[in-house]
Amino acid sequence: MDLQTLTYIVVGATFALYIGIAIWARAKTTGDFYVAGKGVNPVLNGMATAADWMSAASFISMAGLIAFYGYGGAVFLMGWTGGYVLLAMLLAPYLRKYGKYTVPEFIGDRYYGRSARILAVICLIIASITYVIGQMKGIGVAFSRFLETEYDTGLYIGMGIVFIYAVMGGMKGITYTQIAQYCVLIFAYTVPAVFISMHLTGNPIPQIGLGSKMADGSGLFLLDKLDATLKDLGFGTYTENVRLSTFNMFVYTMSLMIGTAGLPHVIMRFFTVPRVKDARSTAGWALVFIALLYTVAPAVGAMARMNLMDTIQPAPGQWLEVEQRPQWFKNWEKTGLLKFEDKNGDGKIQYVADKEKNEMVKVDRDIMVLANPEIAKLPNWVIALVVAGGLAAALSTAAGLLLAIASSISHDLLKGVFAPNISEKSELLASRFAMAAAIAAAGYLGLHPPDFAAGTVALAFGLAASSIFPALMMGIFSKKMNKAGAMAGMLAGISITLFYVFQHKGIFFVADWKYLQSWGTNWFLGVEPNAFGAIGAVFNFAVAFIVAKVTAPPPEHIQHMVEDIRVPIGAEDAVAAH
Amino acid sequence: MSTRASYWKANLRLVTICLVIWFLVSFVFGILLAEPLNAIRIGGYKLGFWFAQQGSIYTFVALVFFYAWRVNKLDQKFGVHED
Repeated sequence: MDLQTLTYIVVGATFALYIGIAIWARAKTTGDFYVAGKGVNPVLNGMATAADWMSAASFISMAGLIAFYGYGGAVFLMGWTGGYVLLAMLLAPYLRKYGKYTVPEFIGDRYYGRSARILAVICLIIASITYVIGQMKGIGVAFSRFLETEYDTGLYIGMGIVFIYAVMGGMKGITYTQIAQYCVLIFAYTVPAVFISMHLTGNPIPQIGLGSKMADGSGLFLLDKLDATLKDLGFGTYTENVRLSTFNMFVYTMSLMIGTAGLPHVIMRFFTVPRVKDARSTAGWALVFIALLYTVAPAVGAMARMNLMDTIQPAPGQWLEVEQRPQWFKNWEKTGLLKFEDKNGDGKIQYVADKEKNEMVKVDRDIMVLANPEIAKLPNWVIALVVAGGLAAALSTAAGLLLAIASSISHDLLKGVFAPNISEKSELLASRFAMAAAIAAAGYLGLHPPDFAAGTVALAFGLAASSIFPALMMGIFSKKMNKAGAMAGMLAGISITLFYVFQHKGIFFVADWKYLQSWGTNWFLGVEPNAFGAIGAVFNFAVAFIVAKVTAPPPEHIQHMVEDIRVPIGAEDAVAAH
Repeated sequence: MSTRASYWKANLRLVTICLVIWFLVSFVFGILLAEPLNAIRIGGYKLGFWFAQQGSIYTFVALVFFYAWRVNKLDQKFGVHED
C-alpha cells in the first residue's frame, strides 16, 4: 500500500476514535464542562495532562531544535519538565483545595476584586492564544505534507475535529479524548526511535542507545562520532554547543519552568481530581508520561542529525550526488522546507557550516521528526503513525487551551462580571459559544502565523511566567500580599516582558512594528526575547512586595482563606459549596 | 504554635529540600557546572550533557513522588488530611 493511502487510513482511524469518545463523554453540567465533574482518576488524569501538555512543539519541533542546537536544546527538555516540580509543590494542591473552576477565579477571590480577575483573564487569553497558534500551524503542516492537501484545508479539518469534541464534551470529553491521544502520540514517537536506535547502536532503548557505541564496527560512541563529524564541517561540538551564553540558558530554562507552572490550561487539569492528595500524585503521573517522551527526544534529535549528515556525506569528503538524492529529499523540497543549491556546480551537495560554501541552503528544523523515519528508511506504516501522533499532540493541546480560553470568557467574564445571575444552563450554552468563537479565532491566526511553532509557544511561557505564576505563588505563600501589590506586580511583569519581546519581534509580531532598534538585539545581559519571562517574573515579585509593603494589608477574612488553603483538610466542603 | 502553623512549617522545610535538589540537578549540574562535569563520562555520555538532557528529568520525576509521599505522611501526622 502506498504511503498516502496508509496515512489516510491511520489518521482517519484515530479521528474516528476521538469522535467516538466525544459522543460517549458528553458534558451535561457546567461542572462536567469545566472540570470533568472532578471525578478523574489521578493516573488517567496524569495521562490526559501529559497529552494536553505535549504540543505540536514537543512532538514535531523539539527534537528538531535539539538536533540543531545540540547541548543547548536542553533548555526545552529541562524547562518543560522542571515546571511540574514547581506545580506539584507550590501551586496544584493548594489551588485544588480552594476548589474553583478557573485560575482567574482564584486570583479574583484571593485579591478580592473584579479588577484582579479581569487582569488575570487578559493575561490568560494572551498567553493561551499565542500558544494555540503554534498548534494550529502544526496541524496545517502535518496535513499539507502527508495528506497532500493545502495547508489551509488541513487547518480547517483540524478545527472541525476539535470543534466536535471540545464543544460537545468540554473538559470531560477533552480529558477522555486526551487519554486516547496520549497513547497514540507516545506510541508514534517511540516506535521510530526504537527502530533507529536499534539500527544505529544495536540497543533498542533510545535513552541508552544515545550513550552507546555505534553498531557500524567503528567502536566509536555515537555522541563522539557526531561531535567529530560536525566539528570537521565547522559546526559547533554537539555535546557542548551552548545556546548564546550560559546565563541565557539559565534564564531560558527558568522562564520555561515557571511559565509551565503558570499556564492556566495546565493548572486547570488539577481541578479535575477528587482530592488534594490526588492533585499531588497527578503531577507525578503527568511527569512520568511526559518524561517518557522527553527522555527519548534527545536521542531522536541526535540520531536524526547523524542520519541526515550520513545521507549527505556518506563517507568523509564524499558528498551526495544531486542526481542520487533519495525520494524523501525530493518530497520535502516540494514543501519548500528543504532546499539545496549546487553553488560550485560539481553535481554534489556539500553541507558545511561556512555560509559561502554550504549548499543545503534550507533545512527547516520542524521537519526533522516527520522526516526522520523516511531518512532512516523505516516502513511506511511507521511514517503514517508519526503523522497521526503529531496530529494527536497538536489536537490535544489545542483543545485544552481552547477550553481554558472558553471557560475564562463564560465563567470569569460573563458569570463573574457581567451577568452573575445567569442560570447554569445558559452558562453551559455560553461556554459552548465561547469555545466555538475561540476555535474560529485560533484558526484565523493559524492561517496567518506570526513565528515558527516553538517560537510562539516560548513566548506564551514568557507571559505566563511573568504574570500568572508570581500572582498565584504569592497568593498562597504570602499571607500579607494584598490586592495593590499583586496587581502592580502583574502589570509590571507583563508590560516589561511584552516591551522586550515586541521591541525585538515587532508589536504583535508585525515585523514593521519594531521599535528602538538602535538598542540592538538581546541587549539585556545577552538574554534572548523568548527567555525573558524569568526576568519579568523577578520584576513582578519585586514590584509586588514593595507596593504591598506601603499599602494596607489584606482584610482578615482573606488571610484566613490563605491559612485554609494551606491544609488539605476540609477539601470536600469547598466542592460542596458550588 | 497551632497545629496548622507547625504543619505549614514542616511542609515548607520539605519543599525547600526538594527545590534545592531540583535546582542542583538542572541549573547547577546541567548548566553552570556542565563544562567541568563533561570531563567525567558515563558510557558515551559526558556527565554535564547527561544531566542536562537526561538526568535532571529522571530526578524531577523522583522528586515529585517523593514529595507526595512525604507530605501525605505530614498530613497524617498533623491530622490535617482529608476524609
